[in-house]
Amino acid sequence: MAARASLRQPSVIPGFGMTFGYAVLVLGIVVLLPLCALALRASAIGIGGIIDVVRDPRVASALRISFGVSLLAAIVASLFGFVAAWVLTRYNFPGRRLLDAIVDLPFALPTAVAGIALASLYAPNGIVGGWLAAIGIHIAYTPAGIFVALVFIGVPFAVRTVQPLIGEIDREIEEASATLGATRWYTLVHAVLPPLVPAILTGFSLAFARGIGEYGSVIFIAGNLPYVSEIAPLLIVIKLSEFDYVGACAIASIMLAASFACLLLINLIQAWSHRRFGHV
Amino acid sequence: MDPKPTTIAVEGIAKSFKGTPVLRDINLEIRAGELLALLGPSGSGKTTLLRIIAGLESPDSGRITFSGADTTRVPVQKREVGFVFQHYALFKHMTVADNIAYGLNARRRADRPARNEIAKRARDLLDLIKLEKFADHYPAQLSGGQRQRVALARALAVEPRVLLLDEPFGALDAQVRKDLRRWLRDIHQRTGQTTIFVTHDQEEALELSDRVAVLHAGRLEQVGTPIEVQDDPASVAVLRFLGDALDVAAEVRQHRLLVNDRFVLVDVATRGDGPTRLHVRPWQFDLTSLEDAHVHGTVTSVYRAQGRAHVTIERPGGAVFTIDTAQAAMPRIDERVGLRIVGGHLFD
Amino acid sequence: MSEINATDIGLPTLRAASVVTERRPVRIALIAVAVAFLLLFLVLPVAAVFQQAFAKGLGAYFESFADADALAAIELTVLVAAIAVPFNLVFGIAASWAVAKFEFTGKALFVTLIDLPFSVSPVVAGLIYILLFGSQGYLAPLTQSLDLQIVFAVPGIVLATIFVTFPLVARQLIPLMQEQGIGDEEAALTLGASGFHVFRTVTLPNIKWGLLYSVLLCNARAMGEFGAVSVVSGHIRGLTDTVPLHVEILYNEYNFVAAFAVASLLAGLALVTLVIKSLLEWRYADGLAASARH
Repeated sequence: MAARASLRQPSVIPGFGMTFGYAVLVLGIVVLLPLCALALRASAIGIGGIIDVVRDPRVASALRISFGVSLLAAIVASLFGFVAAWVLTRYNFPGRRLLDAIVDLPFALPTAVAGIALASLYAPNGIVGGWLAAIGIHIAYTPAGIFVALVFIGVPFAVRTVQPLIGEIDREIEEASATLGATRWYTLVHAVLPPLVPAILTGFSLAFARGIGEYGSVIFIAGNLPYVSEIAPLLIVIKLSEFDYVGACAIASIMLAASFACLLLINLIQAWSHRRFGHV
Repeated sequence: MDPKPTTIAVEGIAKSFKGTPVLRDINLEIRAGELLALLGPSGSGKTTLLRIIAGLESPDSGRITFSGADTTRVPVQKREVGFVFQHYALFKHMTVADNIAYGLNARRRADRPARNEIAKRARDLLDLIKLEKFADHYPAQLSGGQRQRVALARALAVEPRVLLLDEPFGALDAQVRKDLRRWLRDIHQRTGQTTIFVTHDQEEALELSDRVAVLHAGRLEQVGTPIEVQDDPASVAVLRFLGDALDVAAEVRQHRLLVNDRFVLVDVATRGDGPTRLHVRPWQFDLTSLEDAHVHGTVTSVYRAQGRAHVTIERPGGAVFTIDTAQAAMPRIDERVGLRIVGGHLFD
Repeated sequence: MSEINATDIGLPTLRAASVVTERRPVRIALIAVAVAFLLLFLVLPVAAVFQQAFAKGLGAYFESFADADALAAIELTVLVAAIAVPFNLVFGIAASWAVAKFEFTGKALFVTLIDLPFSVSPVVAGLIYILLFGSQGYLAPLTQSLDLQIVFAVPGIVLATIFVTFPLVARQLIPLMQEQGIGDEEAALTLGASGFHVFRTVTLPNIKWGLLYSVLLCNARAMGEFGAVSVVSGHIRGLTDTVPLHVEILYNEYNFVAAFAVASLLAGLALVTLVIKSLLEWRYADGLAASARH
């Protein structure tokens, strides 16, 4: 208690020991302990062991697909997500609030439900799929299907990270730019957009990280053909069902490392932007 | 700089927001090269008028001309005004130098000065605002006064025809305010640019400007030099806004002004007989004996500061006011004192 | 702000017509792009769920729930959520109280660790519990000696669900409580109130809407969790199948109407959650302001 008291600033508010103690205990048991099990298993396998697993062409292609399609989907989600955030914040049009509420849908809708819905829509006999099949485009059971599912998953991250910042844009900044003779386009590109870049990157990283790990919404639409449309999380499930714990853990640790790298990136971006922009 | 500074004419400008009129029929001529203060309390419409002149807002009726040419429909980007915002509106992702060069960089390629010319212009302006060493700093690293100076340099960089400042010192503390005021006056003298600034601080307006335009409730009450508006306020609103005043019942009788049946030395040569009100500034009172007094009352507090005595007096009816006198003799608290009026403004 | 200006009187439209917005055709084009994008990627899938569920009429829809396995799945899902949600609620309140009301070393790390489950793939979340409690797991000797079946049983499903929904409540409450500061609580304490009393009468009223939404979202996510639960459940039909897992089985059996009918329950839950969130946001904008991301 004495040690902790020195770690925190004195306060008259009660309950620090109780709440913090409980939270740390639960965090340790529910989150950290199980993650340590993976770390332990991964270190037992060793770097060499992990590399051996990844060298397997099927694993390598699954990782490539997961990372590649996630990257593409995160880019598209960030791009359109930014436009959506801008429109929802800055313009007024009928149905704006409804649309704004719908952005959160992928947070609340179970991934499996999204998965079967997307699969039925984009299947060759589905509404969108049938229409696209007529012009020779196949979405379901191809990497394009994975892409569609990951865009769906990524949208709220992309929109919700930039939206509050768009709302906070100081109108005077835009007016100042206009009085200095800048066109609207120049104002947007040089005065409005740059401060939003950290938030856009954060949203992108979140969407990307989420996309790498996404399972439920992807597996129904992907078709899961090895080497073509099989994602890394699915391969973990397959390895587990084959009792190949080494393989499963190797893939899992790579994915976990990628997630942490994203998390670190996000923190760095935020620290940098806080330092740079401060509060003017 | 512009060889011939611009004149601005505001003709019959009116504006309302959601049915609430904020400007009513404003007519105002701003002379070439003058430094004009738009003075008024909150809600008087002064910022709206400035924004209309800048082109940030469009009037419901009336027109704006720059050196005779109608600019009412000229978009803000083409109006060539330098606007300094109350909260500076600096681009926080750009260095000080980039902020200043912004307007030049934003020009179309054909009109844009060469890169080294832009850099030189930014350097010169940094020189002017005495922030040479801060070229590579970001706005977040500057103090409020420094940011204000950068905002001004940024506005000057595009060589605007007129300079418009919205409450330029509003967000600064007292000492910085004073320094910046003097500095703005210097810059204006050096550039000779037509300049309008908005303020709610009478002292600031009176100290800085060539002429003051006083707005009240959306109407232009008076335009004149600082001395004119002080010595000869056009309305009670102007008088009240420029400082405290006690109004007392008075009467004109045969071209003489009487308060409490005693003569007051205020010129009423052109007035007919009848009752009126005399508005008296705190320094237009002298302490005197009760027999000679125009007004009298009981002293409730006394203090002396910077060579002047401030005496707060409660009149028999309960009204409380403070006079400001250079007289050496200080009354005591609870003493009954008489006051002689030595000047004032008459409004019926 | 000493002046009446457009923002004070709330005239975004009037000012929007001037210098701080795009030209009308550009605005319309951007709105069209955003609306089309959101309709295609978000609205259409949800609509598809209901369209498919009712494809063979109301009778077929309701028949889907007459199945004993479907009912067992619903029962299990409700049970799992009934444990996981209160658990995360208590954790969320405790963690946000510690984070928002106190300054201590390692706070940033603590918050990052709370967020950790969001960056872990649901499949990996399931995997780690198998590594811990599976037949060759690190804690297998312990659970075997206690004769406890964790994975491929209900406890594993509960644990995995808690893991994936772990940060939800805390994430929502921390910014809300931080925004509020500690002034109110200090005032109440100087008036002699006890700690619990202060929380109940001073803190809680200020965060109740954010709390309600976080509980609803946590519930929707707990009931809908698929990846993590799929890994630890063992897929024993009628015993360890939750609603999402049951949906998968029905779908893979080409029983589309039943699959979408059961899925429509979860989709409906998600929609209700969003409707309540929106209503709360419109009425109590401040109380939910900090819900930027999850």
